[in-house]
Amino acid sequence: MAERTLFEQSVAGRQGVTVPDRSTNQDATSWVPQGLLRQEPPRLPEVSQLDAMRHFVRLSQLNHAIDTGFYPLGSCTMKYNPKICDVVGQLAGFTQLHPETPDEFAQGTLEIVFRLQQYLKDLTGFDAVTLQPAAGAHGELVGMMMIKAYHASRHDLKRTEVLIPDSAHGTNPASAVMCGFNVIELPSGPDGLVDLAVLKEALSERTAAIMLTNPNTLGLFEKDILEITQLVHEAGGLCYYDGANLNAIMGITQIATMGFDVMHINTHKTFATPHGGGGPGSGPVLVNTKLEPFLPLPVVEHHDGRYELNFDRPQSIGKVKLFYGNTEILLRAFAYIECFGLDGLKDVSETAVMNANYLKECLRQWYHVPFESTCMHEFIITSQHQHARHGDINTMTLAKRLMDYGFHPPTVYFPLIVPEDMMIEPTETESKQTLDAFVEAMRRIDEETQTNPDTIVQAPHTTPVKRVDEVHAARNPDLNFYKNFRPTNVGPDQLQGCFTASQFCP
Amino acid sequence: MTSFIPHTADERQQMLDRIGVSSVDALFDAVPASLKHPFTLNTLPKNGRSELELQHYLTAMASQNPGAGMLSFMGGGAYARFIPPAVNAIASRSEFYTAYTPYQPEISQGTLQMIYEFQTMMSELTGMDVTNASVYDGATAMSEAAFMAVRATRRKVLYVSKTTNPQYQQVLRTYCHAFGDMALGWFDPDQPLGPQFTHEPNTIAAILVQQPDYYGTIRPLSAYQEAAKATGALLVVAVDPMTLALLDSPRKAGADIVCGDIQQFGNSVNFGGPYGGFLSTTEKLMRQLPGRVVGRTVDKEGTTAYTLTLQTREQHIRREKATSNICTNQSLNVLKATAYLSLLGPQGLHRIASVSAERAHELAKGLLAVPEVSLRSGDAYLYEFAVRLPIPAKTMVHQMAHQYGILAGIDLGKYWPEEDHTLLIAVTELNTPESLERYLSAFRDVIHNRGLSVLPSGMSRDVKMVATGTRGGQ
Repeated sequence: MAERTLFEQSVAGRQGVTVPDRSTNQDATSWVPQGLLRQEPPRLPEVSQLDAMRHFVRLSQLNHAIDTGFYPLGSCTMKYNPKICDVVGQLAGFTQLHPETPDEFAQGTLEIVFRLQQYLKDLTGFDAVTLQPAAGAHGELVGMMMIKAYHASRHDLKRTEVLIPDSAHGTNPASAVMCGFNVIELPSGPDGLVDLAVLKEALSERTAAIMLTNPNTLGLFEKDILEITQLVHEAGGLCYYDGANLNAIMGITQIATMGFDVMHINTHKTFATPHGGGGPGSGPVLVNTKLEPFLPLPVVEHHDGRYELNFDRPQSIGKVKLFYGNTEILLRAFAYIECFGLDGLKDVSETAVMNANYLKECLRQWYHVPFESTCMHEFIITSQHQHARHGDINTMTLAKRLMDYGFHPPTVYFPLIVPEDMMIEPTETESKQTLDAFVEAMRRIDEETQTNPDTIVQAPHTTPVKRVDEVHAARNPDLNFYKNFRPTNVGPDQLQGCFTASQFCP
Repeated sequence: MTSFIPHTADERQQMLDRIGVSSVDALFDAVPASLKHPFTLNTLPKNGRSELELQHYLTAMASQNPGAGMLSFMGGGAYARFIPPAVNAIASRSEFYTAYTPYQPEISQGTLQMIYEFQTMMSELTGMDVTNASVYDGATAMSEAAFMAVRATRRKVLYVSKTTNPQYQQVLRTYCHAFGDMALGWFDPDQPLGPQFTHEPNTIAAILVQQPDYYGTIRPLSAYQEAAKATGALLVVAVDPMTLALLDSPRKAGADIVCGDIQQFGNSVNFGGPYGGFLSTTEKLMRQLPGRVVGRTVDKEGTTAYTLTLQTREQHIRREKATSNICTNQSLNVLKATAYLSLLGPQGLHRIASVSAERAHELAKGLLAVPEVSLRSGDAYLYEFAVRLPIPAKTMVHQMAHQYGILAGIDLGKYWPEEDHTLLIAVTELNTPESLERYLSAFRDVIHNRGLSVLPSGMSRDVKMVATGTRGGQ
């Protein structure tokens, strides 16, 4: 049975926590002009503390999470989050520090943040860094803002185009557009990589930048990366690295060495800060000396034994976020890096890549693998063979069936360039036993496509709710318990995303 | 093998054998040899620390933040409040904490229903029809609201009140400058609006105001509503949602988009983040919202179920045509806010806002009795207000902190040079009546001494000694 909303459990007069009361008979009418006073109270739930606890604990039990099971969601790097990193969220010395506190009373946090800046530079080979962005997509936006400021500072105003492979994350084009750029999509070559001839054709004096992730979203390393970045530079553009896939190559190579000018890091992926049901994350951006003057405000500096926030940077693009970034998440990322050191981080990447290749090698017995070459930390399979056996079986139905075996499905229908694909990223924290159990589930599902296809088509069977009607949700919006929305007769384009949503989260 | 990488040497060998390579290095053959150079490490340690060592280190660093234990009256967009332990008990459930964005609704109903309840609660507070599942913070929320208005009206000019949070203003400037092709105008909310609008009325996309504004001042919104109506612009109101326990909903005053930050609802001040921005709007404009939205629907057997919806607005479907690039948001902060609002309910929220306002007015009364101190905010305010001082606010902040262990407020000269004698003070339920006395007494001393140190030169009291744990918050 579904868990009733708290609004339905509400009983007037109940309250879940006692709070101090006023000591005089002054009230809002003493402070606020009559016309601005609230006339009726908001219909918030009125429940006891136990009611609230049971409600939220029962809700939590309806979720799949890393701590409950394998989560091979490609491009999301759903690795185990070491609990030691949570310590920063439990120490009042960190959590109760107000962002307007004068620097001299916040040296502990500032020192860690400064050290994190240094660590990230060492890991990636860049010259400077900002920790302001709140997530990977925010980092992309900030990186593109700096690229725009760079060209503007050189009075090179005709650079309005950003080149992005068709395999890229959706945030890449969306971020470029928010900076006023036009997006030029580069079709990938038959090997899934950037086609140098296509790239050369697209480059011009209008090229502001290229946005790439390497390894790319197919899990393949762009072997021509040095030629790619060189060609872009020769055309006068800059090279942006989407750090979503950094978990593949930590300690193997430095991103700056590949010729990139700027990159972001998704700390919630690579450095295991908890994903929290969709955030918070943080998206530090690293740059070389060309872009350093444009870093957003402020940056943490160390002078004469003292850490301070520097707001005095005349060429800065300005502020991009309230206060100084998602500090608590940055402290967690710092703690994670401290747990491993460079050698440990290299082990992380090597193991992530080994796990992915192991899974790929096992799964290819039953599933179509469109790109045969060695993969990095993730890889693509498709439902081609299974679909051929039964027309109603596709990637989405296989994904739903995986839930019955206790696994979170891989990312589905992404990247967009491979039809009916599934993107699998096991991460380094999963044991061989877990990987083998996943392989066994995939084998049995393949078997079911021959013995009992209807079980797959009707899946999932064991989840808290059965297949959710997303079309109904789109046509009959119900976004607020107290509000009736008008049904909409939405067309096919408005239903895009229902059942075929691609999934990844910079 | 480490604690977080489980393979034994035997297992590694079995896996490599299965892959058909002799070593892990072979898996990186696609990486050109010229890229595989040894790292030069300046500060990044080669080896990791044990959990015990790390715990000791982090604890030691936390103690290097004396500001966290000082009696604080700082607000300005981040407010320390009592966080009921039940909030963190809920938020630390692994099933919420270690899940990701609820893309697969059948195994994400917990997160989805929680967000639906959040959307409802925030819509109740703001009076709007729909609220999104969060953006990064209040500052980016106001920028997203501005972009939303530009899309909805197909106009390019934004008029922003000069008394909005200066950091919200700075972020809006950055965003608009990057996008280009937009114009920002600024107005003084205490002057007639008409003459201040120098662009053609039919080019104005939105009028953006804050209620209460950065100085804590509450104003009637009717003048903005009329101006919006007259020009066809949208009215965007940035709010402090806690004050909506006492103030009428912005919807009643004609707001088209309401934005703000949920930090005060169960989230620590955390040196600036993570917090959570939100946007609330009308049914008419809901398809222009940035970020995720959850809808209630049914599963194939007709059971109530929840799912992400209206996804054609989003970057993973629409790519360069999306309403925003946002993907990862602030879901865990939303969970804390939802738990907080559920536990407090309408009466608890009303009481927290009231007791904060009562104490703020009590403190203001004492401060304004000090010679040459005057109220900089308007007459109507709740728990945050600004005073003009006879000495620089910077000096006041410095003296109060170093000599009395009190974080007195925010020196507004940081944001506006002409406001260098203005101090912004916030009072919450954590500031007990005794702490108000302490503040007042210290404040009087500093004014009396015209900001000069009362201690012999070279001597300063140990701030940690002065800060005696008067704060009860999280």
